[in-house]
Amino acid sequence: MYPSLLHETPHPDEQIVLGKRFRLPDSRRIDTYLASEGYQGFLKAAQMTPEQIIDEVKASNLRGRGGAGFPTGLKWSFVPRQSPKPKYIVVNGDESEPGTCKDRVLIQYDPHQLIEGILIAGRSVDAHRGWIYIRGEYRYLIDIMDEAIAEAYARGWLGKNIQGTGFDFELSTHTGAGAYECGEESALLESLEGKRGVPRIRPPFPAVSGAFQCPTILNNVETFAAVPSILRMGGQAWAALGIPKAGGTKLTCLTGHVNRMGVYELALGYPVRKMIEDIGGGIRGGKKLKAMIPGGSSCPILTGEEAWELNMDYDSMAKAKTMLGSGGVVLMDEDTDMVKAALRIIRFYQHESCGWCIPCREGTMWLKKLLTRLDEGVGTVKDIDLVGDLADNMLGRTFCPLGDAAAMPTMSIVRKFRHEFEAKLGRKTVSMAGLSQLVSITG
Amino acid sequence: MADPVTFTVNGKSLQAPAGTLVIDACKRAGIEIPAFCYYEGLALQAACRMCLVEVEKAPKLLASCTLPVAEGMVVQTESPVVVQARKAMLEFLLTNHPLDCPVCDKGGECELQDMSFRYGAGESRFTEMKQHVDEKQWSPVVYFDAPRCILCYRCVRICDEGLGVKALGVTNRGVYSEITPNKGDHLDCDECGACIDICPVGALTSGIYRYQTRPWEMEHIGAICSHCGDGCKTTLGVKNDEILRGNNRDRSGINGEFLCIKGRYAFDFVSHAERLQSPMIRVDGKLEEVSWSKALAFVAQRFGEIKAAGGRFGVIGGERSTNEENYYLQKFARVGLGTPHIDHRRSGDVPALLDALHGRQGALATVDDLYNAKGVLIIGADLAQQHPLLAFQTRADSRHHQAKVFTVTEGPVREDKVAAKKLRAGPAGQLAVVKTLGEDLKAAGELVVLFGDSIQGAAVGELVSFIDSLGVPAKYICLVDYSNSRGTCDMGLLPHLGPGYQAAAQTGMGQAEMLADPALDALWVVGANPLAGAALASQQAFVVVQDMFLTETAQRADVVLPSASAYEKTGTVTNTCGQVQRLRKAISVMGVKADLDIFGLLARGMRLDLGRAVPDQVFEEIRASVHGYNVPLPVIATGGAAMTDPVHGRIPVAGQAQVIQSARDTLFTSGSLTRYSKTLNLVLEAPGELYKP
Repeated sequence: MYPSLLHETPHPDEQIVLGKRFRLPDSRRIDTYLASEGYQGFLKAAQMTPEQIIDEVKASNLRGRGGAGFPTGLKWSFVPRQSPKPKYIVVNGDESEPGTCKDRVLIQYDPHQLIEGILIAGRSVDAHRGWIYIRGEYRYLIDIMDEAIAEAYARGWLGKNIQGTGFDFELSTHTGAGAYECGEESALLESLEGKRGVPRIRPPFPAVSGAFQCPTILNNVETFAAVPSILRMGGQAWAALGIPKAGGTKLTCLTGHVNRMGVYELALGYPVRKMIEDIGGGIRGGKKLKAMIPGGSSCPILTGEEAWELNMDYDSMAKAKTMLGSGGVVLMDEDTDMVKAALRIIRFYQHESCGWCIPCREGTMWLKKLLTRLDEGVGTVKDIDLVGDLADNMLGRTFCPLGDAAAMPTMSIVRKFRHEFEAKLGRKTVSMAGLSQLVSITG
Repeated sequence: MADPVTFTVNGKSLQAPAGTLVIDACKRAGIEIPAFCYYEGLALQAACRMCLVEVEKAPKLLASCTLPVAEGMVVQTESPVVVQARKAMLEFLLTNHPLDCPVCDKGGECELQDMSFRYGAGESRFTEMKQHVDEKQWSPVVYFDAPRCILCYRCVRICDEGLGVKALGVTNRGVYSEITPNKGDHLDCDECGACIDICPVGALTSGIYRYQTRPWEMEHIGAICSHCGDGCKTTLGVKNDEILRGNNRDRSGINGEFLCIKGRYAFDFVSHAERLQSPMIRVDGKLEEVSWSKALAFVAQRFGEIKAAGGRFGVIGGERSTNEENYYLQKFARVGLGTPHIDHRRSGDVPALLDALHGRQGALATVDDLYNAKGVLIIGADLAQQHPLLAFQTRADSRHHQAKVFTVTEGPVREDKVAAKKLRAGPAGQLAVVKTLGEDLKAAGELVVLFGDSIQGAAVGELVSFIDSLGVPAKYICLVDYSNSRGTCDMGLLPHLGPGYQAAAQTGMGQAEMLADPALDALWVVGANPLAGAALASQQAFVVVQDMFLTETAQRADVVLPSASAYEKTGTVTNTCGQVQRLRKAISVMGVKADLDIFGLLARGMRLDLGRAVPDQVFEEIRASVHGYNVPLPVIATGGAAMTDPVHGRIPVAGQAQVIQSARDTLFTSGSLTRYSKTLNLVLEAPGELYKP
């Protein structure tokens, strides 16, 4: 019913850790999971002190897989365990970043791995309640997750006194209602609490005051999914899979003009060139790579030449003034109309801006209208400058990172592909009357 | 952590207590940081991004409205990047703003205009189509024009946090976000209009005021609302002797910016079509319009005749008349007419409270004391309905100071929402229930006690001694109904007590006895409507009524003298807490006279020497003769409120129990005046399940 994002056999260069059960028959059943080292990490964690668990996670150099790359162990250590308030675990499964489809695979093929990761996190901060927040569009994943949770309850891996360890944990799913903004952690918490999905003022951060004003661990699906392997293999062994300062493997979603699209598990630091040529089978039709979005549409775009020399890790991308982000790699071949690409991206952010703060609310709409005009060939040179200016005026001044997410790709596209914008000037594709219609409709 | 914290703003070293927000600290130091969504007293939003400042070592600009000062912090509020950011923010704001300033009600007093003038760019680079949404009417008094809205969420917060009503929310997303009533297309709320006032732009406009004038064409006159006992200052916008609006944006007066529907809109009775504008004399059983000179001469002559014949006068004063008028009236009655029968409709047992507190100073709470109290005990009153300002203060106290609130009422009240304990009891059982709260009240550490008419007579003393026995400092508010109900007591419009609660030379009849006395020869009613629910027993009584409208009492009158409203005269009024404030004359209405002027003219007609009937002179006499009214004149002359402390000795108790009963007005009623306010009637007819009786 839903096309698989996995190829039947993994690529030989893939480092399969998180995905080791993906291709097993009935991979989402608890029996399959238990037969494949399932819940061993939790049983190990049950014998450890909370400090030991957090130390293990710290040793793994695991960094948040949602996009920001914050060290996970450090985040967990911020939770005040002595607080008299209950502590909560919240899983961010609101995967909405264009180009990103890894959490979907993790839930679709191995939901119990996620549950185990949540249990270990719960153990590490003495939390006994968790929610998996899944975007509303992932209706079928909510069903899968609910089934897995029911199985775990039935088999004593959730609920009271889990497997005689004396540890209690209650878990349920919570559905989003179709807002990209709710992938931002504080907006997600608002939404979870039944309020309008707008971000909160921080500090306090969720570790101190998150869900229902209680200390909360809030991480991405992939982050939690990595935790069982870390406990099982040991933090250092897990760290060794990656590169210094960024341990482990990362699910990479390869999309766009590439021959073999899909989700691949690659060690951090894997070269972009190999990723495109070997794993992805090269650019479609043997064409040249014009541009690459390295980690979801919010990242500043790279030209083909820039991308070719980089590695898929946090620092390498930062040096190129972009981000590893969520692992959603979008490749664009030489035929791509970059003005249209910029417009497509800003249309997304305009549609998803929550409206809370002025620069994002008004800026995304203005940019969309400007880019629409430029694309239709009724812009001026001034308009091209204005796109850069407006993006500049949004960058770093919005309430949450959504404004930055809209500004960064737009700025970089205009800067790196300005000649394409200039080429469209004066090449009107619609009549003036048609344009005003167009602008008012799209607006 | 250092406290106070030392930090630097624009090269200037400043200090502020730890936890102070940068925007506040700068404001106190005279450095303005512009903001729309930041609003003192309401929850933080950080949504408008106007208050961004540069902080050394911070990678990007920070919102100063959510940034607490830190030791050694270096802030720039006027650096080029900050100036540019503000300009950009205003440019964004104006993209979808309709710029219809020439016809917008807010034009001239609009924060967006002021900010654009001061911080904005000279020209706009926006050439695209603007979003448009049609204007909506949410209630008889509230209109919403979405395109003008800048989404600062002030209205949402004032309604939720300030009023405890929560009538507004936000719908849609992004640039389509819109403030929306939680009922969808209409408001079911207090209709207080606080959202309109707090709106920095012209998005929320008043159904009464819209498109009437430009703000700078009005005169702004501080008056005191006459509809309840709280004494809110309402700044009237007046043009050509017409009151166009009431608000209190300058936050002067005891109410700050708070006003309820009555304070904001219910001044409109002054221009009601049924307003009396000519004196009337009963001729052949019918009231006929006559000139003032004829009417006054007739009353003076008849009073003179009745007095000469040793007739029995009854005098009933009004709760919305000024202190000066009431003082002069009781003097007129006692000295001029020689009658002890003087009273008014009583709504709270003020004398009993003052007696119970005899010998103490500062035992009466001000509106401000209520806001700062650690504990609030509300007995037998629905504050949100009858005393909106005191309810607002209680909520603010709970929100800002985590005050412990206790409600002891007959039914559920809105203050329950902020109450630590809510107890239910009928009027007779409330004192007993209060006594069960001993430990809780003690734990609160400090109390303001508010009580209505359920606590009267001996019960007041009992309440005070119970609170005394807890050993916590306490202040009291005796709740009374109208703008000068309290002052009317203080001025001695009581059958047994003269001004300042001195024993009257002779105890007269109370209101009920007067009405029931078949031998009454003359009844003089000033600004009251005692015959609304009672009959006059005396057939032969010569009835003189001074009122604005032909009330039930006026219909029985032999002479009706049209009087001025509170907005058409000067003088002072005393609120339920005992705070004196000054009325300023806002408008003149043709054909009417202030009650004090009428007294003066009648005194002259009767050749009585009662002193000049001029407000300032009468007030001088009050200051000299009524205990506790020797208030500093500059305070009230400049629009402030001065606390009175009217008695320090025991107060003689009358031989006979008096009727003390509140009119139990709601948010939308104001005694007999309700029917003459178009706005109140509009709102009462509008749908609204919350407030339907």
